[in-house]
Amino acid sequence: MAIAYPVEESIATKRWRAGWGHVPLFPSLILIALVLTAVLAASLAPHSPTDADITRKLVPPVWMQRGTWEYPLGTDRFGRDVLSRVIYGSQISLVVSLLVIGVAGTIGTLVGLIAGYRGGISDAILMRLTDIGLSLPTVLIAVVLVAVSEPSFRNVILVISLLLWPRFARQIRGETLAIKQQDFVALAVVSGRSNTWIISRHIFPNVMPTLLVICTLQVGYVILLEGSLSFLGVGVPPPNPAWGLMIADGRGFLATAWWMSLFPGLSMLLTVLAVNLLGDWLRDRLDPKLRQV
Amino acid sequence: MPASFPLLAVEDLQTYFYTRRGVVKAVDGVSFTLEAGQTLALVGESGSGKSVTCLSLVRLVPEPAGRIVGGRVLLQGEDLLRKSPAEMRRVRGKHIAMVLQDPMTSLNPALTIGVQVTEVVRLHQGLRRTALRDRVIEALHRLRIPGAEARLHTYPHQLSGGMRQRVSSAIAMSCTPRLLIADEPTTALDVTIQAQYLELLREVQAHTGVAIILVTHDFGIVAANADRVAVMYAGKIVETGSTLHIFDTPSHPYTQALLRCLPGVELQRQSLVEIGGQPPDLAHLPSGCPFAPRCPQRQPICTETYPPPVLVEPGHVAHCWTATAVSV
Repeated sequence: MAIAYPVEESIATKRWRAGWGHVPLFPSLILIALVLTAVLAASLAPHSPTDADITRKLVPPVWMQRGTWEYPLGTDRFGRDVLSRVIYGSQISLVVSLLVIGVAGTIGTLVGLIAGYRGGISDAILMRLTDIGLSLPTVLIAVVLVAVSEPSFRNVILVISLLLWPRFARQIRGETLAIKQQDFVALAVVSGRSNTWIISRHIFPNVMPTLLVICTLQVGYVILLEGSLSFLGVGVPPPNPAWGLMIADGRGFLATAWWMSLFPGLSMLLTVLAVNLLGDWLRDRLDPKLRQV
Repeated sequence: MPASFPLLAVEDLQTYFYTRRGVVKAVDGVSFTLEAGQTLALVGESGSGKSVTCLSLVRLVPEPAGRIVGGRVLLQGEDLLRKSPAEMRRVRGKHIAMVLQDPMTSLNPALTIGVQVTEVVRLHQGLRRTALRDRVIEALHRLRIPGAEARLHTYPHQLSGGMRQRVSSAIAMSCTPRLLIADEPTTALDVTIQAQYLELLREVQAHTGVAIILVTHDFGIVAANADRVAVMYAGKIVETGSTLHIFDTPSHPYTQALLRCLPGVELQRQSLVEIGGQPPDLAHLPSGCPFAPRCPQRQPICTETYPPPVLVEPGHVAHCWTATAVSV
């Protein structure tokens, strides 16, 4: 006769639940706003981001003299609406960071899992590759690589991914080494599991929290890097409204038409700040030492 | 007795670790046999090679430092040490299962109990849906896990240590192995839970006829659970025999010393006895009998030559120069 015992929620579960109630407000609001902006860009933007008209160039923001509601944040030197460009720019930042995290995260995680689990010679080779990757001067290499190929959306993503995967690989490998030592992995071997199964079923789920934290913390870095590359003219090619490109555009007008650079810069700042704050919070929440309780 | 193979025969197993300090002979010529339905207790101090023996049987010795350098492990007449990794994988899942010491790390914290039991059952029995679920619940019931249906959706951290140990045993037993290697399964459990757990293990054994290798350093557990005992010292089996023989006529000084260490009921006011000295450094074994430096009955020959096996009585062997056949 089986008696149904009430299953009590453990402290860890309770903490976890309580934790979701404490998602930091500021970064989440910024990020929600960013995602909504990117998704609804077409209906939010008052103008086309690439629609140039030299006759209305350098219109200042609405609260200044000569400012008009037609162009709330002013226009740039080609007469394009800064607000619309900032709005569309969010799409680029978001898509680039998601794709890069996707590509670099997948490569890095696979490398880390394999190196950590197999050990020996595979570990040595993969980790030396990772070391090389980590020792490359990021921006410099990106500039060279993109300069050799031509600037395009795809190249930017590939280049940044190429430079980012070692960060994933290193962390995931460390985590894998720790999990591999646990008895349940040995027992899985005893019960006749293949290595692939053990990695995907026993190791991977246990590195997920770490992976999530790295992903979040790297998003800010990717956005900054993409901004830097665009600023240097080797990133997303014009006339795409990338934030870094817009800042570069306004560089020569900082004294007279500062709004051209200020607003994309501000957007980038807020986004990166929000992502990093969220990443920090997530790291605290998912810290294995806190979870163990 | 049919003249067939014993379920498990280990012959002259040698597992060495190659360290910076030299070669550590963790298992040095271990031989024993085990029949279906029997329990063999491996007893000995920490570092005597009990666990490494177990790991060698399933070829899980941590490489590259450790290596099985010699001997044979015959499971139903087939040498496991000669099998390819793929063949070995099949054997491990189907015929051999393992329960380890620490129930805290023997379950995957990221998956529910249900998922973990189900995966093993599905792998080895190829069942589906309802049949699979029934089999899983049956496996949990067999280890007396209360409210098995409700437990399916819990995570390991929600269970107590004893419950986790039962779940890992349920997983181990769910594919009806021939051989269960239990490496100090009760060390991390409360004394009351220990007895309960071992009782369950005996029940399952009676039910399935599984042979058990029980690693322990607790003679109480040995007396209650084992059919045969192998006493290990410095990587060697120094004495082996039926549990009755070992307790009645221990013939190796080490076994005698171990038994003297047990607190007796009638000797309540006496302080506990200990074995003087330290276990030897396995990287630098003395010549002759490794126990000689600590042995109260040491003779000159002991430090020169390792003693040959002495048949004390049928089925009872001791490696000691002082051992003599018991006249029956």
